[in-house]
Amino acid sequence: MADWTRVCALDDIDEEDVIRFDHDGRTFAVYRDLDGGVYCTDGLCTHEQVHLADGLVMDDTIECPKHNGRFNYKTGAPLRSPVCVALATYPARVVDGEVEVQL
Amino acid sequence: MTLADTDRHSRPRAARDYSLTGPQARAAIETGLASAEWYHSDIPRKAMKDLMRRKDGPALRDTALWIGLLILSALGGIATWGTWATVPFWAVYGVLYGSACDSRWHECGHGTAFRTSWMNDAVYVLASFMVMRNPTSWRWSHARHHTDTIIVGRDPEIALMRPPNLARKSLAFIGIPDVFEQFWILARNAAGRFSADERDYIPESERPKAIRWARVFVAIHLAAVAGALATGSLLPLMLIGGPRIYGCWHMVMTGLLQHGGLAENVLDHRLNSRSLHMNPVSRWIYWNMNYHVEHHMFPMVPYHALPRLHALIKHDLPPANSSLLDAYREMIPALIRQRHAPGHHIPKALPPTAQPFRAEFHALDGERQ
Repeated sequence: MADWTRVCALDDIDEEDVIRFDHDGRTFAVYRDLDGGVYCTDGLCTHEQVHLADGLVMDDTIECPKHNGRFNYKTGAPLRSPVCVALATYPARVVDGEVEVQL
Repeated sequence: MTLADTDRHSRPRAARDYSLTGPQARAAIETGLASAEWYHSDIPRKAMKDLMRRKDGPALRDTALWIGLLILSALGGIATWGTWATVPFWAVYGVLYGSACDSRWHECGHGTAFRTSWMNDAVYVLASFMVMRNPTSWRWSHARHHTDTIIVGRDPEIALMRPPNLARKSLAFIGIPDVFEQFWILARNAAGRFSADERDYIPESERPKAIRWARVFVAIHLAAVAGALATGSLLPLMLIGGPRIYGCWHMVMTGLLQHGGLAENVLDHRLNSRSLHMNPVSRWIYWNMNYHVEHHMFPMVPYHALPRLHALIKHDLPPANSSLLDAYREMIPALIRQRHAPGHHIPKALPPTAQPFRAEFHALDGERQ
């Protein structure tokens, strides 16, 4: 099992928002929902390799800033074309006010 | 909007190759113009989130007004049919059907008009029918237009290919021959056939859906034709399909300005797209797409927030044209010149407050003849 990696303080992510997290040559998107839950997915849209962290978080969805394709960021499922391929998701948690992800 | 298919059928022999499967397509990929990173003005995340915020209210209000006016003008046209008093009713109905459909198609296709997804989808299908576009195919076409805006060999929605055929573009204001070609494309899709370009941007998994919608749209239009023949009256075609001819002028008038006369093969929307100020009626019909640079830079901003986006980044953009007339005065001489000098384009100038253009891409348009 991979180690947990610190991302940032929970307060560094607004509620219902996303930040970009680059680690070990890869890029990820880390989300915070309205209930304080945190989630992590691959950082690039599966359609055209655009950074999702520039997109819009609404409810459980992330909308790509380039083509408005949508994913459920909690499951990675594609919800709206032009995205057809699911996003990879990774475990995420909050420990002592710090966001950690397991990559 | 796009009249790209119209152009593709009418190229002079010396025209550039705008197909998506030819040498220009390969050149775009080899030179890094395809699926490239584009320039964006800097906007703080909090401001961007506020601009991107979705609401149902503005589009519900506008759609209720749109549908209400469509019904009232149609009823007025029917009640006065056979008299001169019918003309103004059809003039209004035609523009609401044959032009306003384009902006509703566009915004709901992006999924930004309403917050509620099914509302976007419902208006998108209705507007696709009105504008005679396959709702599935055009989602993919428009996604490519945003990935590779005015990149030759990549963008399927280049309305003014070089050298421009100005006579044909003039006829487009009355839907000729665009409406017949769009219907032919629907009929071809309904028969399960797709062009090489369509196969390039529509995934195979989406094509059955495209076929189903094409069959529905063709069937409704044929029913209108049958109704006209059966009753011996043009009235059914005045209501369905016909407005795409007699009411499309506003869509063409605004749509040609989006990129007309500007640079090809650049990675900065400030060079290849045009923003302009417009009267409030046209802005309502067009759903604020006069802020076209802003829309291309940030397509997740809904139409009702585009004026605020424009105010926020105008220091970083070429000055917007002051009116429709001003924009046409800029575009038409460039189009006339492009008939004999296809490498010519309007060089947009930036204010001193703007981030500079990337010179290496600004030079590309003239080089790739």
